[in-house]
Amino acid sequence: MNAPLGALDRPNSYIGRSVSRPNAKRLLAGRGRYVTDLVLPRMLHAAFLRSPYAHARIVSIDLDEARAMPGVRLIATGADLAKLCKPWVGTLDHFKGMKSASQLPLPVDEVSWSGQAVVAIVAESRAQAEDAAEAISVEFEELPVVSDIDRAREAGADRAASTIEDNLCFTSRLDTGGIDEIFASAFHVVEEEFHFGRHTAVTLEPRAIVADWDASEGKLTVHHATQTPYQFQDLYARHYSIPEVNVRVVAPDIGGSFGMKLHVYHEDMAVIGLSMLCGRPVKFVADRIESFVSDIHARDHRVHARMAVDGDGTILAMDVDDVTAIGAFSTYPRTSAVEGNQVIRLMGAPYRFRNYRAGLSVVFQNKVQTSQYRAVGHPIACAVTERLVDMAAEKAGLDPAAMRERNLIADDAYPCDSPTGYKFEALSHQESLTKLKALMNYDALRGEQAALRQRGVHRGIGIASFVEISNPSPAFYGIGGARISAQDGALLKMTPSGEVRCLISVTEQGQGTETIIGQIVADQLGVAHERVRVITGDTEVTPHGGATWACRGAGIGGETALQAARKLRGNIMSLAAAILQAKPGELDMRDGVVVDALSGAERISLAEIARIAYFRSDTLPPDASAQLSVAHHYAPQGYPFAFTNGIQGCHVELDAETGFVKILKHWVVEDCGRIINPLLVDEQVRGGVVQGLGAAFFEECLYDENGQLTNGSLADYLVPMACEMPDIVIGHIETPTADTALGAKGCGEAGTAAASAAALNAVNDAMSPFGASIAQIPMTPARLLKALGTI
Amino acid sequence: MKARAFSYVRPVTIAEAIDAFAAAGGEASYIAGGQSLVPALALRLQAPECLIDIAHVEALRGIERQGGRLRLGALTRHVDAHDDPLIARYAPLLHLAAPHVAHPAIRNRGTLGGSVALADPASEFPAMMLAMGAEMEIAGPEGTRRVPADAFFQGVYETAIEPGELLVAFHIPVAGPHHRCAFDELARRRGDYALVGCGVMLAMPGDVVEDARIAFLSVGPTPVRARAAEVALLGSRLDEAAIRTAQTALAEDLDPTDEAHVPATMRLHLARVLLGRLLGGLGAAT
Repeated sequence: MNAPLGALDRPNSYIGRSVSRPNAKRLLAGRGRYVTDLVLPRMLHAAFLRSPYAHARIVSIDLDEARAMPGVRLIATGADLAKLCKPWVGTLDHFKGMKSASQLPLPVDEVSWSGQAVVAIVAESRAQAEDAAEAISVEFEELPVVSDIDRAREAGADRAASTIEDNLCFTSRLDTGGIDEIFASAFHVVEEEFHFGRHTAVTLEPRAIVADWDASEGKLTVHHATQTPYQFQDLYARHYSIPEVNVRVVAPDIGGSFGMKLHVYHEDMAVIGLSMLCGRPVKFVADRIESFVSDIHARDHRVHARMAVDGDGTILAMDVDDVTAIGAFSTYPRTSAVEGNQVIRLMGAPYRFRNYRAGLSVVFQNKVQTSQYRAVGHPIACAVTERLVDMAAEKAGLDPAAMRERNLIADDAYPCDSPTGYKFEALSHQESLTKLKALMNYDALRGEQAALRQRGVHRGIGIASFVEISNPSPAFYGIGGARISAQDGALLKMTPSGEVRCLISVTEQGQGTETIIGQIVADQLGVAHERVRVITGDTEVTPHGGATWACRGAGIGGETALQAARKLRGNIMSLAAAILQAKPGELDMRDGVVVDALSGAERISLAEIARIAYFRSDTLPPDASAQLSVAHHYAPQGYPFAFTNGIQGCHVELDAETGFVKILKHWVVEDCGRIINPLLVDEQVRGGVVQGLGAAFFEECLYDENGQLTNGSLADYLVPMACEMPDIVIGHIETPTADTALGAKGCGEAGTAAASAAALNAVNDAMSPFGASIAQIPMTPARLLKALGTI
Repeated sequence: MKARAFSYVRPVTIAEAIDAFAAAGGEASYIAGGQSLVPALALRLQAPECLIDIAHVEALRGIERQGGRLRLGALTRHVDAHDDPLIARYAPLLHLAAPHVAHPAIRNRGTLGGSVALADPASEFPAMMLAMGAEMEIAGPEGTRRVPADAFFQGVYETAIEPGELLVAFHIPVAGPHHRCAFDELARRRGDYALVGCGVMLAMPGDVVEDARIAFLSVGPTPVRARAAEVALLGSRLDEAAIRTAQTALAEDLDPTDEAHVPATMRLHLARVLLGRLLGGLGAAT
């Protein structure tokens, strides 16, 4: 905590304090209310018959037997729902030339991945719906399956969907010029081809939705396990032609999302139409198998990259080519091109070099759609850059830490921009590295490593610097034509007892959004945080806003809350001054009481002000206005993004005989600007690191050549578990953004952004005595044994 | 997913259980701990018309020494395989393997009988029955019979148990003070099905191996005895050369299948490494 003390962090402030989450006890007590818990009168249950083929034409569907099954109320096909729902296309205008196949809730004549929902069955119970699904027969005619990313791009290749002219969704190029010349004359060039596996979010709570169409009012209420209720309010209204004012989306307790629950899913769109067709509430909860074959997947990149380095280890240039496969169509409304775009723009971001060239190809194939998942693009850019930095360090004869000391952007160089066009306000790479080395006891660790190698114990140390994108402005989606808000709104109400309700558009998925918003409001109003109730996730009552994604909850939502609280505070102070016949400047609010600013002597409590305002307005002076509810919106207007930074270290031990790796310890130093709640920041970072280590060692969606997912269960898809996770040591540096009064930036992606890169470098460091290396994650025992030449 | 509808009966004797199977026309499954069957039902991979819950059949319980044998009722739970002192003393391989079986919640409900009757080649207990030379007591409409472990495991999920028969108990030759036992496995995560696992039971009254039993899991369609490796150890002092010979001999014993992400060569390699480490540990234990 080295940010200067100011109006935000007075001794009695909540900013910077580890306030525990008020909702944690409720969730632990089993009193959480998730969509799955919801039971509505007359509610029906949907199940989906899914395609067994990765690519096929639907020849015919026979529903007769299923329609007669017990409890069945409706069976709907793609044609039935196409009459109600307008199709969607997952492109954004600012991605020039991007294309994608038009989508409907259920396909009419063609399936394009294995597991795609084909027929919806609505019954009195889920079991009955599944019974009926077994009685449906669909005749498919198999079509060629597109899976290989190179063959997919050849001229005349089979197409992943018959409605697209080829398998290229989007391409992009960045070039600062003169790259070939720089590489031709560079002292050292290092080069590698990297492979990043597909993985998926695996939230504890799967996707869940209850749609409740009330034909009497023409009103749609959707209880939806999502991060973004406003986005879905807009989508349901427009695609089902319902006035937006008649659409209510409620996001109750959410059991994790990580970006997965902010995309349009075919089943979710179908459930809206099913409720309209039945005139009854319809529930769909994805089971774990359905989650694996229909939740978005993420990553899946092959990156060829090289780095040019001077004789003294100075990085001169990077040249990269990313080919990423995204499934048969681009996700709506955020697309599947954002990840690749961020991969090529985040490359080399922590470093000083100015010369850069990149190509991006986003390719269709017959697999589940990929899209934004925690730390979109960051881990790919970070792992490629950081591995090349280590390879370059070896060529230049420098220790990896010394190599970074030489090349990281200096802490006094800001503001500056990256060769890819990102504008950095103020980052702290050098201080972070210094702090990381101290936390790790880096030099001693290197000494221990050398000594252990003599005894045949092969440990590896890896470090990875990173830049994280947070607080996105409309430059992210709005500019591309998506109706996704970059602003947030808050409604603050003082109750007659002098307590505070805050209704705000940012949302809670378990990370503690409501806690920090409560802290900020309590802090600004000078009331105990227990006296502030934060309400989120209901479009009927909270103001419209972007909600929580891309690390915007604290930075944008928090600033919204702060400004709203200052507005309410102003109103309360005016009223107090009128009641007390004092000047507002002579008064202050502390601990729920209006005091004399100089002496601190109590003048009037907030409860008394509220009592007078609500019940005895007759006693107020004639010109006094008791405005104890305020609405306020805030949109970022300075930098397009508030970049954050940090560095991670990973310590592993390689069992060279078996290819097994034990992760011994992991360190993170991160700078998310103003820290509102250190406990929650640490939780975010630790959770993010675990997801990054999952990608590095365990998680991968494996497909066979027919486009079948072969490990779509929790027995076969390995999520990182506590037993395999190391202690994670976290240090902080605070460089608040000057764009806001709060100064907060995001921290949700930081852990995931660089954990896999640090692990990749650590494992390569451990393998270096064998002359072996690996450039693929997850680093499985089989891949490591191959790299070691054992098998 | 939800299981298909089924009927449910809860017999209290072996005879009632076997009768219930016949009464269901064979479209029935016995259920004990349910740790494999319930997920299979939920996934509709299995859809019996009747579930016969044998958890209340008293004759399937009990852990007792009967002369040179330890009798374990089929309902003995995984957690008891680890905690029970008789098992730890007389069937140490079960005790050593138990902590590697899934997770505590599963071990609290799962039964040895269920695990062995299912005969998942990646499970620990079937392989340990093989390593210990256990006999399976099986009851059926015609009465009771015993099948040695070597003849019990016949294929992937295939055993000597005929439809309608019920695994009643295990009869395990008791280990003595002259036995040296070891178990370990290589699993990506603690509690996962292992890439390879191995149990070793050596009779070494002195410095010399007089009898050796070695069984592997996760190396083929059934748990596998490594007979060539066993022979390689007989008469040896468990020295480095003998261990190396045993490791080499595994090529004759194991024929793992080539899988897309786990090549056969890798499993054989890991089996050798694992066996070497286990034998090395037992040799060093003198």
